[in-house]
Amino acid sequence: MTLIECKALTKKYGNYHALSNIDLQIESGHIIGLLGPNGSGKTTLLKLITGLLQPSSGTLTINGEPVGVNSKRSISYLPDHTYLDRNMRVRDAMDFFEDFYQDFDSMRAYDMLAQLAINPNHKLKTLSKGTQEKVQLILVMSRRANLYILDEPIAGVDPAARDFILNTILSNYDENASILISTHLISDIENILDEVIFIQDGNLRTHASVDDLRQKEHKSIDTIFREVFKC
Amino acid sequence: MPWNLDSDRPIFIQIIERIQMDIISGLYKPGDKLPSVRELAQEASVNPNTMQKALSELERTGLVYSQRTSGRFITEDTAMIDNLKSELAKELVTQFLENMQKLGIPQDEALSLISETIKGDEYHDTD
Repeated sequence: MTLIECKALTKKYGNYHALSNIDLQIESGHIIGLLGPNGSGKTTLLKLITGLLQPSSGTLTINGEPVGVNSKRSISYLPDHTYLDRNMRVRDAMDFFEDFYQDFDSMRAYDMLAQLAINPNHKLKTLSKGTQEKVQLILVMSRRANLYILDEPIAGVDPAARDFILNTILSNYDENASILISTHLISDIENILDEVIFIQDGNLRTHASVDDLRQKEHKSIDTIFREVFKC
Repeated sequence: MPWNLDSDRPIFIQIIERIQMDIISGLYKPGDKLPSVRELAQEASVNPNTMQKALSELERTGLVYSQRTSGRFITEDTAMIDNLKSELAKELVTQFLENMQKLGIPQDEALSLISETIKGDEYHDTD
């Protein structure tokens, strides 16, 4: 079933085309990597899908409906910047999500906190950058959403915790949900992806199954990325 | 522990090879039940869709069969498993000979190298 459909989707900031004429279909039940160099339009695309930005032209539908209350309810979004009050305790952030989202599973969240040995009584501002990222990801992945949008989810996290987080992602998403992940750490995540989307200068370069790409090119996605976007 | 998978070859093919190996080596015995897609995917640290694809392919070849509600099982056709074993063994020998050829070693010399190595191993064993 089609989860996200973009037709000629364009976003301009003044005269600058952040995204031009994107035609894209994303099915439910897939894990998709959104890959591109810095400034290629990844975050813009994610913000359009989450309804934080309005398209300049073209259309975007989620589950067949335009972006709105219903789509926002079914999307769990990890932005590239934190929005939580850093004076909150971890526990307060949990309560905050519990209040906001009907689909938030706090048992699951506390369980993951315990596995990563994060003390719920600590204030967010006393945590390291990596630990803050872990807390945010736990919050986002503890919702029972249709679509998870993760903007750079593992950038500040050590390799061992990265493995834990990837496993968390794999074990927590249900078969009908999709996950759209933007990242530069391709080699760390490419084994869990179904598909990749390459964007460059606001244009869609490639949208393909990762195993098809590997079979065709006899290379890893990381290597293909380095070749396509060679500076 | 995650499986050792290369990123430059399709993951589902590597999963197929790995499960074939586990069947041949006897880790899975004929008639054994395979863990669920989700369990296997987590064990291998891969996407459940990829694991599903690999298992469907194994089913297509007959090495694995599924029973509507109770899951997937290893074939009880031991002849099929033996066949697979000899096919893989042949492949390994061909690969070996190709590599020897790259080193400029003709087949008869490669053969005597093998027997020497085996003898050497025997010598070490009794040492």
